[in-house]
Amino acid sequence: MQLMSKSIMAMQQTIPIKSLDAVAKAAARRRARQRREWAIEGGLFVAALTSVAATVTIIAVLLSESIGFFKTVPLTDFFTDTLWTPLFAAPHYGILPLLAGTLVTSGVGLLVAIPLGTVAAIYLSEFASSRLREIIKPTLELLGAVPTVVYGYFALLVVTPGLQRIWPDLPGFNMLGPGIVIGIMIMPFVISLSEDAMRAVPMILREGSYAMGATRLQTAWRVVVPAATSGLVAAYVLGISRAVGETMVVAIAAGQNPNLTWNPLEPAATITAYIVQVALGDLPHGSIGYQSIFAAGLVLAVMTFTFNILGHMLRKRFREVY
Amino acid sequence: MAAQSSPQKHPSIARRMIAEVLFKILGICSLIIAVGTLVLLFGALLFEGVTRIDWQFLMSYPSRHASQAGILPAWVGSTLIMLVTAVVGIPLGVAAAIYLEEYARRSWMTELIEVTVTNLAGVPSIIYGLLALGLFVYILGLGETILVAGLTLALLILPVVIVTTREAIRAIPVEIREAAYALGATKWQTVVHHVLPYSAAGILTGIILALSRAIGETAPIVTIGALTFIAFLPPAPFTTQPPYLSFDWLLSPFTVMPIQMFGWVSRPGEDFASNAAAAGILLVGMTLAMNGLAIYIRYRMRKQVTW
Repeated sequence: MQLMSKSIMAMQQTIPIKSLDAVAKAAARRRARQRREWAIEGGLFVAALTSVAATVTIIAVLLSESIGFFKTVPLTDFFTDTLWTPLFAAPHYGILPLLAGTLVTSGVGLLVAIPLGTVAAIYLSEFASSRLREIIKPTLELLGAVPTVVYGYFALLVVTPGLQRIWPDLPGFNMLGPGIVIGIMIMPFVISLSEDAMRAVPMILREGSYAMGATRLQTAWRVVVPAATSGLVAAYVLGISRAVGETMVVAIAAGQNPNLTWNPLEPAATITAYIVQVALGDLPHGSIGYQSIFAAGLVLAVMTFTFNILGHMLRKRFREVY
Repeated sequence: MAAQSSPQKHPSIARRMIAEVLFKILGICSLIIAVGTLVLLFGALLFEGVTRIDWQFLMSYPSRHASQAGILPAWVGSTLIMLVTAVVGIPLGVAAAIYLEEYARRSWMTELIEVTVTNLAGVPSIIYGLLALGLFVYILGLGETILVAGLTLALLILPVVIVTTREAIRAIPVEIREAAYALGATKWQTVVHHVLPYSAAGILTGIILALSRAIGETAPIVTIGALTFIAFLPPAPFTTQPPYLSFDWLLSPFTVMPIQMFGWVSRPGEDFASNAAAAGILLVGMTLAMNGLAIYIRYRMRKQVTW
């Protein structure tokens, strides 16, 4: 009691003494603090702008180098010529062979990743015990973390020799082996996104189905999957975008020669493999060969941008439904 | 009467049960294919390359003779590039995430930033390589150097760092922030003294995952012109003369582990294949260790934190 009244007295003494000068000082301190806060917010904002700057620069670099390319090569040639030989004496600049290579390897990959990934995701989301899920999901993450160059080694020296036992005529470079490996590579990604989509389906829908006497499989197939459709399609579309952009596996194992074919048993270069091949050599800056990798990159970027935007729109939709 | 109500008699139920079991088997099989691939992959690498890994392999320069070749410049290059990537990419990513979670108001600018982050996360890595080739190598004239490779990978991991940091920050309840504000803390004081320390484990997980991705990246590094055959080391970062620190290494040509492996895979011959496998073992070992660490931190975190 004594102590408290003492401290109150002390306070009463200090308050009147506080001069106008001290008040001004406190205000100045507050202003300085406020300025520091603004400066920090500004700095953080600039850091956040890096992503915008990076996106703009990617588009600008691809476009500016491609414009140089399309000054030499008419767009009609680019999209209709069936040969891609920019580095030959008689150059042809038709993107179709590279596009076909990209589509075939990605197609094989999707034929592996979509059915296996969907089944695995349904199993993990609707059937597996939570303990199994706890073990499997990190393992799948590890699968997705293996460097792509190692998958390239795997495609060239393990998968292709294995396939050659089934098709003895299969060349050492082919699109089937790397396609399968791409499929397995993007599988964890497809599984994780599809599982998210299915777990977002409210439990009530499942319970309603069980109450009607449906089995778990019937519920999964006729209730959960239809309810999660947009999320599943988003997972596939984002998977396609990954497969199309995959580089090292095809650069190592699918061959380096552009080849307009839809047969996965043949070798063919993809858009990405072509960029790697040219980058490994020493092309002078500004030459048509140098510009050609940016034109090829532009086609790749347009494809992946489209798939990404589509995928994210679909994902947003499944989030909004429930 | 009794037979009619007995469910076993109904053929369609038995059929449904069989379908159920078959689907479970199918599900397990597809998981086995995924996980089995990881095992097969690592097994194949070990079988082919484990005998190549020794001190000589770690401490030698590349060579035309497969048995004398080593990965010294490759792991030194990888280490230095990771250093640049971490120094540039982590602060930028964390700062951007703090801005988006704690400061940003709903506006078209915020919307634009979020869209570009999502978009960058889906851009194929080779496109980053083209960006770096056009911008860093030629327009800025930085050449095919460690600095450029580090900056490229920093941009590449930026979306990963931003997304994981945001998730970690978002997990902190708003009451913590309100308590800090109530005591008169400014926004930045709240962030530095409360938000960041409490989300540190989650941010760390994201950083480890991002760096593990960067260390295995090959395509963008090939594009900016890494060499597959390099028989010297970058200048040392430490010198005997004052100021004892040198940054010449930033402008040195380089090679990295995945490029070295790519170089060996592309060469015909059994010997080089086993060199490639040996490099692969080290690469996979490193990424698995980093990912394992991240998964472990996340697991510990989930057990400890109770808001």
